[in-house]
Amino acid sequence: MSRKLIDSGNNAAALAARLAGIDVVAAYPITPQTPLTEKLSDWVASGELDAEYVAVESEHSALGVCIGAAAAGARAFTATSANGLLYMSEQLHWAAGARLPLVMCVVNRGVGAPWSVWNDHQDAMSQRDTGWIQLFCRDHQEIVDTVIKAFRLAEAVHIPVMVNYDGYYLSHTYMPFELPEESEARAFVGPYRYEHALDPDHPENLNSVTLPDPRNDSEGNLRGGYMDIRHNLQQELHRSLDVLEEIDAEFNRTFGRGGAPILDAYRTEDAVVVLVAMGSLAHQLRVVTDRLREEGVAVGVMAVQVYRPFPARQLVEALAGRGQVLVFEKGLSYGHQGALFTDLKSVLYAQPERPKIGGFIVGLGGRVIETETLYQQVREALDEGDDVASRWVGVQL
Amino acid sequence: MAYDYEKSIRPGKLPHIWCPGCGHGIIMKGLIRAMDTCELDRTQTAIVSGIGCASRLPGYLDACTLHTAHGRAAAFATGVKMARPDMNVIVVGGDGDGTAIGGNHFIHACRRNIDLTYIVMNNHIYGMTGGQFSPTTPTGAMASTTPYGNPDPTFDISKLAIGAGATFVARTTAYHATQIDKLIAEGIRHKGMAVIEIIDDCPTTYGRRNKFRSVVDMMKRLKDNAVPVAAASKMSPEQLEGKILTGVLFKEERPEYTATYAEVIKKAQGA
Ligand SMILES: Cc1ncc(C[n+]2csc(CCOP(=O)(O)OP(=O)(O)O)c2C)c(N)n1
Ligand code: SF4
Repeated sequence: MSRKLIDSGNNAAALAARLAGIDVVAAYPITPQTPLTEKLSDWVASGELDAEYVAVESEHSALGVCIGAAAAGARAFTATSANGLLYMSEQLHWAAGARLPLVMCVVNRGVGAPWSVWNDHQDAMSQRDTGWIQLFCRDHQEIVDTVIKAFRLAEAVHIPVMVNYDGYYLSHTYMPFELPEESEARAFVGPYRYEHALDPDHPENLNSVTLPDPRNDSEGNLRGGYMDIRHNLQQELHRSLDVLEEIDAEFNRTFGRGGAPILDAYRTEDAVVVLVAMGSLAHQLRVVTDRLREEGVAVGVMAVQVYRPFPARQLVEALAGRGQVLVFEKGLSYGHQGALFTDLKSVLYAQPERPKIGGFIVGLGGRVIETETLYQQVREALDEGDDVASRWVGVQL
Repeated sequence: MAYDYEKSIRPGKLPHIWCPGCGHGIIMKGLIRAMDTCELDRTQTAIVSGIGCASRLPGYLDACTLHTAHGRAAAFATGVKMARPDMNVIVVGGDGDGTAIGGNHFIHACRRNIDLTYIVMNNHIYGMTGGQFSPTTPTGAMASTTPYGNPDPTFDISKLAIGAGATFVARTTAYHATQIDKLIAEGIRHKGMAVIEIIDDCPTTYGRRNKFRSVVDMMKRLKDNAVPVAAASKMSPEQLEGKILTGVLFKEERPEYTATYAEVIKKAQGA
């Protein structure tokens, strides 16, 4: 039997990691992630969670320990935020390149300098090219479900998965959610599978130096060079979207929740205008949508639940024939435009009939995003009825 | 007459963020007095920190201050000193910032013997993030990440600094307010890497979890356990168990890094 709880987003993530049967946790405190890993360390120490907790001296070490643990055949988990994620950057590339099925929660926060402890998505955006799968959650229930599915996904495609949720907006607020029964969750995730785990009976040399061209391994089998290995990662990343859909369908059959793991549509069936966002902002945009619907505007919201790999086909299918697409996001490629906005434009480029598209940068470093402001921005964009180049909303000075 | 601290405080920066009873404020006052003693020109003095409650200190001081990434203070300060060897460079930070995430930079700054004055405010805990254990949390002590007692052994920061090559190493406590400025001043005057470890208190995240009933209790611990080095030389290892050795623990003259570096450049240019 599942349980209904009211708890914080961080505790929801901790509970889900515990249900998934993690063996090793290594983490370093950073606001607003800290309560998540404190919870896990508490359970490990009290014996409620049969796992090892390694309280390392930095994030660089945290991911290092997880990489080692995963390679040794353990299900490993970590979590961080902002500069902590950036300090892991070298190891992020390593974990993906080494194809280790890790799961990490990123409790999204603005990046220093200057310091900010408040929410935006720049931490995750800045690490989008590391080869990790990046999933975004909109509420506490999604945190629970996404973390559980993330382990299945990571282990199915041998690619590490980052589960993102908004700092404070989700990490520190309390919401009701359903928690699966432990035995059911364990059965769903299954035992840790990693066929290249270190095994003294079958020694393997992991991640040795590659050459530009393929060459024979010690047993005479032709093995890819660096570029072939990278290509394989790229293909598997693309395949992971299908795998995620399969896992989500099974999750839905088992727990009765899910059905839209890649894009989640709200009132879009007949929508001429579609608002696009990731994380809790997508929920906030529903309020704007409802108001505009009352005013007779055919508008809907498309929540992007997977940012990497970029769900190009799904987005084209969902958006190609629309009149206008407005992207609201809390992160950007400095010196250019919003990251999601640019990616979306690139996939719509090849469409014979592309919608007018607008990009809006909002809420950096926790700058409050008033629903009224979002509404005004949408209204203005509708009146203009044209493309909008990356517009910063809410800058005061 | 009361000591004039105000003139060293950046206008509009107070009140500070520190909790009542936190030792960090005592250390800031000590640093101000030491800078006055050494007559440091504030425009020629850089004060660098990483992040943590301790690392907030430079923000309050009217000098050239640089708040950097967590654990990177020694590296940033090394950059400042290399670019401007004529400047006085002071680093302040916590035990976490300096010896956990920043431990690597710390030992390498010591090894180079670069002319920094590094003040470690050692409160045995990560105060800012809510009391997770640090490399100096006593074994067995409670922290939010060790709710049943810390199993880890600790660093002795002063010994670490000596071992790594710092040429001036001193220790005192937040209770010994007048010794703080004397040791910092001596560190500032020393040519080379000077480490001043100040055993500090964090009533909010350490004291409460570790059965200190009040800040007074925490200060009493510092007062009762401090043993000056001279007195310690007459005590047995058993008697010194759990004591805090205070005073100048190590001092030697060794070529300072920026000076040596300047020599190398001169030589390479055939001067
Ligand atoms: C890369 C990175 N990781 C983690 C943090 C979160 N963090 C901020 S301060 C701190 C610990 C500070 O402890 P300490 O240096 O001992 O100073 P105190 O707060 O006790 O004075 C941590 C873990 C961060 N800001 N950046
Ligand atoms: S949390 Fe601890 S270290 Fe930070 S200001 Fe409060 S008492 Fe000082």
